Amino acid sequence: MAEFLQFFFSGLTVGAIYALVALGFTLIYNASDVINFAQGEFVMLGGMTTVFLGLAGVPLPLAALVAVIATVAVGLALHRFAIEPARGASAVTLIMITIGASIFLRGAAQVVFDKRFHGLPHLFGTEPIRLGGAAILPQSLVVLVGAACVVVLLWLFIDRTLLGKAVIATAANRLAARLVGINTGRIVGLSFAVSAAIGAVAGLLVTPIALTSYDVGTLLALKGFAAAMLGGIGSALGAVVGGLLLGMFEAFSAGYVSSKYKDAVAFLVILAVLFAMPQGLLGRGRVERV
Amino acid sequence: MATLKSAVAMGAAAVAALIVGGSPAAAQIKIGAVLSVTGPASFLGDPEKKTLEIYVEDINAKGGVNGQKLQLVVYDDGGDANNARTFATRLVDQDKIAAMVGGTTTGSTLAMIPVFEEAQIPFISLAGAIQIIEPVRKWVFKTPHTDKMACEKIFADLKRRNLTTIAMISGTEAFSKSMRDQCAAVAPKMGITIAHEESYGPRDSDMTPQLTNIKGKAGVQAVVNPGFGQGPAIVTRNYRQIGITLPLYQSHGVASKQFIELAGPAAEGVRLPAAGLLVADKLADNDPQKSVVVNYSRTYQQKTGQAVSTFGGHAYDGLMILVQAMQRAKSADKAKVRDEIEKTKGYVGTGGIVNMSPTDHMGLDLSAFRMLEIKNGDWTLVP
Repeated sequence: MAEFLQFFFSGLTVGAIYALVALGFTLIYNASDVINFAQGEFVMLGGMTTVFLGLAGVPLPLAALVAVIATVAVGLALHRFAIEPARGASAVTLIMITIGASIFLRGAAQVVFDKRFHGLPHLFGTEPIRLGGAAILPQSLVVLVGAACVVVLLWLFIDRTLLGKAVIATAANRLAARLVGINTGRIVGLSFAVSAAIGAVAGLLVTPIALTSYDVGTLLALKGFAAAMLGGIGSALGAVVGGLLLGMFEAFSAGYVSSKYKDAVAFLVILAVLFAMPQGLLGRGRVERV
Repeated sequence: MATLKSAVAMGAAAVAALIVGGSPAAAQIKIGAVLSVTGPASFLGDPEKKTLEIYVEDINAKGGVNGQKLQLVVYDDGGDANNARTFATRLVDQDKIAAMVGGTTTGSTLAMIPVFEEAQIPFISLAGAIQIIEPVRKWVFKTPHTDKMACEKIFADLKRRNLTTIAMISGTEAFSKSMRDQCAAVAPKMGITIAHEESYGPRDSDMTPQLTNIKGKAGVQAVVNPGFGQGPAIVTRNYRQIGITLPLYQSHGVASKQFIELAGPAAEGVRLPAAGLLVADKLADNDPQKSVVVNYSRTYQQKTGQAVSTFGGHAYDGLMILVQAMQRAKSADKAKVRDEIEKTKGYVGTGGIVNMSPTDHMGLDLSAFRMLEIKNGDWTLVP
């Protein structure tokens, strides 16, 4: 029983990390049908900027705030200088642009920061909470709560504000959205800014557990993307469900099957789910109205 | 205007004359290096390059070798073995080097070996794997200790503590895998039983399931973690998190202050094998390596503003072994220098005391490794 509980806690820890990263994909996807593969670099920027400002003597809360703002600036720049000039291009082209941007950001981070690993202090210390013979770090719960907050805020934003409606409208039909007076370019820009902020916050909360380095974004984004697909891309709740499930698959297959095959098992399950439900667990099938 | 022009022309001619006329008088010895200065292995290649540059300059300032200045030709393979081979060919055909130091990674080194064997140029590699010098190749040498020695050092320490049944948890990337294989191969010979094995991916952020399985395994007396990068730090934290109290051994792959910072208080009591360079200031004053490692770390820190790593130390050793061989050979003749490198005896370097022979082109023994234990957030030497 203690073992089961420990695997569950591990799944929760890893799953919360994936969920938080996966959440970053939703808004940009909703606004522009683009899967932003530079999302992982937003996570990296959030963590690394905080670490380096901290090393330079800036108090951590302030460093974290500056890191989020800096990452938002990078997100806006990415939109302004890479996405916006190609606004007529297809979604696939835009996705390729984001891949290029992610490589660029990783390279720049190597030069601006360094190539070593870094960590941040845990918010509530490293003394694990012990329960039924298993142990979980308080920071894991912080990540989980962080993911929950982002979900609620995103839901409030999309469903309860006019701006959020404009995002949905832009996604549904850009031409029609423009006809009713929505500045679609600005809306997509906004989605990049908010996604960058979510990524940076994810970086802040995740770094104490997963540590960070200039190339942390690649694999985090891959796992986050898998989680988002599993849960249904574009759905905030789906991102969280997908992330947690992916974490659980990994933890339980590492625990009960073999640590060698844990990633394989996790991805097999995702494949199986997507075969049965191509739009993901909570994704809405897109209805094309003619 | 005309005078200015002619003055410039004269100046240029004078400079040209200096370059052309100067070179035969003070002929240069070209030393080649192909290093992974950028890319995934840059944390190895970068200090290696800096070290070579610092010491080539230093040697030249002191008059060079046998009255000749050294000229360093460095290429960056970006961690790609294909590039390394291309650059090796260029060093041989175009640059016409006299000797070679470098080859940061095992992959790059193995790709370059045929080039230098064929061209018959002495080649001192800075990479880890034992395959570089086993079987012995006439022109190939290396300075770093091997994974196998790290395993042997750990197992010897286990035996001294009467611990013979262990579990192993290792990463899946190249370094960890190679070390895991070496440990598994050498364990039976040293009377160590590996009762259980687990692995983790290079970017995993939680290893508690694997460690829970190790915890539940009866009879395990210690845990060994061949690993690299951030993985071992997370393993160490998770280890304490789920309350395992068995002795934990990390590898020389994480032998840096950074590991202690990342693992935090969980690192307390962890043991690992490492080169004397890392604990330069903690070595006894009568330790033969003391002055070498203290001097090297002081110089490197002064010139670069960065902390020393063992990798830069490997480059230092490679260069010094080569230079001393050239001094003994009293020339830069390739065959003579090769013979002298092979005769290196009692060279005290950052990696240990080197005694090469026709059958051993590395020349280090287990004394090159120190067993360290982390206490109060710092290294202590295990006697």
